Amino acid sequence: MTTTNPLLEMRNVHAHYGAVHALADVNLQINEGELVCLLGGNASGKSTTLKTLLGMLKPTSGEVLLDGEVVNDKPISYRVSKGVTMVPENRRLFKRLTVRENLDLGAYLRSDSTQINNDMEQVFELFPRVKERLSQKSGSLSGGEQQMVALGRALMSRPRVLLMDEPSMGLAPALVQQNFELIQQIHEAGTTVFMVEQNANMALSIADRGWVLQTGRVVLDDTAQNLLNHPNLQASYLGTADKQ
Amino acid sequence: MGLLAFIAQEIDPNNPFASWVNPDATGLTGAQFRGLIISGIAQGAMYGLIALGYSMVYGILGFINFAHGEVFMVGAMTGMIASNKLADAGLWETNFIGSLLIVMLLSVLVCSLTAVVMEKVAYRPLRNTPRLIPLITSIGVSFFLQNASIVLLGPSAKSYPEMPDWLKDQYTFLGISGARLLVIFAAAASMAVLWYYVENTKNGKAMRAVAEDAEIAALMGINVNRTIVKVFALGGAMAGMAGILWGVLFRSVIHSMGFLPGIKAFSAAVVGGIGHLGGAMTGGLSIGMAESVGPLMILEPLGVNGVSQLRDAVAFAMLIVMLLLRPSGIFDERLPAEDRT
Repeated sequence: MTTTNPLLEMRNVHAHYGAVHALADVNLQINEGELVCLLGGNASGKSTTLKTLLGMLKPTSGEVLLDGEVVNDKPISYRVSKGVTMVPENRRLFKRLTVRENLDLGAYLRSDSTQINNDMEQVFELFPRVKERLSQKSGSLSGGEQQMVALGRALMSRPRVLLMDEPSMGLAPALVQQNFELIQQIHEAGTTVFMVEQNANMALSIADRGWVLQTGRVVLDDTAQNLLNHPNLQASYLGTADKQ
Repeated sequence: MGLLAFIAQEIDPNNPFASWVNPDATGLTGAQFRGLIISGIAQGAMYGLIALGYSMVYGILGFINFAHGEVFMVGAMTGMIASNKLADAGLWETNFIGSLLIVMLLSVLVCSLTAVVMEKVAYRPLRNTPRLIPLITSIGVSFFLQNASIVLLGPSAKSYPEMPDWLKDQYTFLGISGARLLVIFAAAASMAVLWYYVENTKNGKAMRAVAEDAEIAALMGINVNRTIVKVFALGGAMAGMAGILWGVLFRSVIHSMGFLPGIKAFSAAVVGGIGHLGGAMTGGLSIGMAESVGPLMILEPLGVNGVSQLRDAVAFAMLIVMLLLRPSGIFDERLPAEDRT
């Protein structure tokens, strides 16, 4: 909110996987301090959007902007160093590595060791369980603990914006609830959050704004409140296959 | 059975059990037995060094780099050229330790470079192809390196310069030959350095991260390509070290020398559990020990003739037995298949 440019922005972005037109004219603005969500069913282009924002996929046309700078041709490491961090779907920890090593890798691009230690202390404050498990192989942790380590690892990069890929995917219902509370906590601590979700009600209950993606196009773009009350919300992205 | 017979024989040379199994077998003396163990460890340490390269590359790229044995050969050849040059200059005799260190450094550098160039030219363009493709390419690279050696140095066997007295077989420390002691010590030191690097440094962590999940490693900001290059460089360095030690121990080098140690080191990596550093070292020692001790201890008491020619057979028999009993190796690198959620 201090800068005039949105933190992260997509302007008229088209993306292809070979001949498949995965994103068509997508426009998104993520402002500093917001908690926003991108909703959509399977194969609607949600993950593609994330990949494009991070630089794992180059848009065929259009622009991805970070702080107003066009970053289409910048590598992932550049964007990570500028504060864009993703928490991947299904956590994807380095399971053979210890919890501490996972957290260290989150801070891979940083060299300010005192700050890193401070941030690690903050992660422990947020997730005391993580501290207890520090020297264990992360693969030996329970699902809920792994989720904490995944969030902790992301926070270790000092993200300005956290991209969350399907935070509710593959988690037991009680853990989904816990996870969304953690996301809210992180957001309240000052990190911008961009969340990609299938679980629309859950995501919208904590988000400020949201978009609904359908076969690569943004079909709805509104505040969370309006989206929740939108009569066509379910139909517009889940079709008949309602998973709630 | 043979082992039991051997043990029985050790306890009492006239043991009826031992003489029943093989009436003609003669008991080994304590010194002979110790000699076999030491030469097994020295041999195994070199296999272990080479196996590290197979294992690390497999761990990070998922294919077997069959040209790795040839990197070992390049190391031995570099050492041969360098040590002969130093011998011509008179340094080899006057300052052996210093010369040996120079030769080691040079050979390690040349091998790292060879491995890195190999990755850039032959494997990187094939990164996203099925694993069989780089595997076949590596066989091609292997032929290329062998033939390059023939073109540059000729097809005949070359020799390292005369070693100082304390490295000759008749000189021993506590009953251990000096050359073998040097090999064991140098190999252990190299492995310790590698182990520390991979386990404790930032680069090492990045390597393990890329080996486990390259996509997520990239999300952490790790440069995956650069990390792979470092893995090849390290593996090459270890092979270079093994090449020098081989030269010091056996003195004779030839363009085809990389094949058999390469295959045995590959077996060692598999026996230990491919992708696992400790496994490569353990596997190397196991294979070295098996081929050194096995023929005399197991085959001879069983009444097999000409056992000393059967060392290769013993080494590969061990690989086969291991694959039958525990296909994932001594150290199992696989992760539990299911994600607890």
